[in-house]
Order: sequence, then structure tokens, then C-alpha cells
Amino acid sequence: MTKLKVTVFPKAGVLDPQGKAIERALSGLGFAGVGEVRVGKVMIVEVAETDPARARAQGEEMARKLLANTVIESFTVEPA
Amino acid sequence: MNAAIITFPGTNRERDMALALRAATGRKPTMLWHRETALPPGLDLVVLPGGFSYGDYLRCGAMAAQSPIMAAVRDFAARGGHVLGVCNGFQMLTEAGLLPGALLRNASLRFLAMDCVMRVERADTPYTAHFQRGATFRATMAHGDGNYFCDAETLATLEGEGRVVFRYEGENRNGSINAIAGICSENGRVLGLMPHPENCVDPLVGGTEGLPIFTSIAEHVAA
Repeated sequence: MTKLKVTVFPKAGVLDPQGKAIERALSGLGFAGVGEVRVGKVMIVEVAETDPARARAQGEEMARKLLANTVIESFTVEPA
Repeated sequence: MNAAIITFPGTNRERDMALALRAATGRKPTMLWHRETALPPGLDLVVLPGGFSYGDYLRCGAMAAQSPIMAAVRDFAARGGHVLGVCNGFQMLTEAGLLPGALLRNASLRFLAMDCVMRVERADTPYTAHFQRGATFRATMAHGDGNYFCDAETLATLEGEGRVVFRYEGENRNGSINAIAGICSENGRVLGLMPHPENCVDPLVGGTEGLPIFTSIAEHVAA
């Protein structure tokens, strides 16, 4: 059993209104010097595959087909 | 017109859609559950209605796009079938790859439940022949994720090929790129739009400004 950590983020140039709202809220709380905030998702997926490279390749295929929408999101897959 | 409406767990606009189709054609559409693996023979139109399929888990429409019935819907579209997706149905069409682009969270982060005005950019599609080009009509929007987005190349293709069928007139409340409210496939037979024309088909309840979409497609498939 391998645990994969799939991280999905909006691509650069894709509007991230949640990130923008959090950015403003942090500034409102008095945190000085807050730059850009981006909001993404992290998913932990267990797969039966034990070979690290094959498990990762499987995770990438899952990300391309379902976990991420590559029109608007980019993803990374790594061991969890 | 033989129409089928597909329902998913969390779909909630299928009955309004059925009333709209019945108002336009006098015939009751078939209701199909998403677990079905085949469409009934002799179908003219498949409708993916609005709602919150699968509770909008992962991304709006993402889980529905993987439903058993969607393989049959893809085949139907590939054979030249007519497919209409409204609101969550439009999100499903983009997630299923039947229409390009994606629907992002509204730029304001607010759920928008209000009337909007749409401008008809194309009056020569199967769904818009009963409109005048450039005409505007009132429809209802009810969505949290209706902010249409696509990359610059896709946008140039859509605009260049005249595949933007509807645009928001006046205020572009959800922040859609080029104020896009609805687009169609290359062959014009797959249409997705965010506002709900099925809300506006009865003079007693909200007027009939959305009805031409349904009468257009009914006449088109009968011809």
C-alpha cells in the first residue's frame, strides 16, 4: 500500500477569488506585508501499488482524469 | 421531439426542465437516472439539468461527468446528437470535455440568485432560431460557480468560430471571460449555458422569454 499526496492548485493566471478574499482578510486582521494568497486542495490517495514510480504514475493519471481539471488547475503527486 | 432528461443525486431542476419541454412540444420527456448505461432509441435531445449533483464535491459537475450514463451521452454527441446543459448541466459538459473551458467560482464569491439579461449572439443554431440575432431576453441565474473561463487560444477559437451563443448584457455579475453566458460545440448541437431559460416558460410564473430555446430545438429536430 502506498499513500500519495495529490496537490491541486489553480493555474497562474486563473482568478482565485478565495485567495483574494483571504488576502484581504489577513490584511484586515493586521498582518502586515501579506502578498498573494492562493487556495488549493490536498488529497491523500491510498493505492495498492508498492513500486514508488508506478504508484506515482497512477496518481498522475488519476489527477489528469478526475482529481484536477487541467483547464484551470495544475497538480503535483508525491509520496504522502 | 423525443427528449430525455438525466438526473443525478443532487439534481433539482429536472421537473422545471420537463415542464419547459412539455410546454414547447406537448410531449413528456423521458426521465433517466444516471446509473443507466444506455439512452433510449430514437432520442432527439438529451438534457443535463441544473442542480447540485453530488453536492458539488471535488468540482461542480466533476463527479456527474464520470457517471455511467455519460459514456452514452458522449457517444450520442459524437454521432451528432443534440445535448443541452443548463447551469450544473453546463458545468458537466465542460467537465466531460463536450464543451471547452471551465466554470470557476463567481468572481464576487457570492451565490447569485437573480434575474439577468442575455444577448443572443447567434440566431442560426438549433436552439436559437426563434430569436432575433442581437435580441436580449430575461432569464434567471442561480449559481455559485458560473464564471466562464478558458485559455486565450480557446477563447480566440470560440469567438472566431462564432460559438459564443449568449452573452450577459449589462452587468457581468459572475465575472465570465468576455461576458460569456453560453457556448456551443463546433457542430452547434451541444449547447451549455448558465442561466435557466426553463424558469421563463409560463406566462403565469415569470413570463415566457426562455421558451424560444425549447421551441427552436423542437422545430429543428422535427424538420
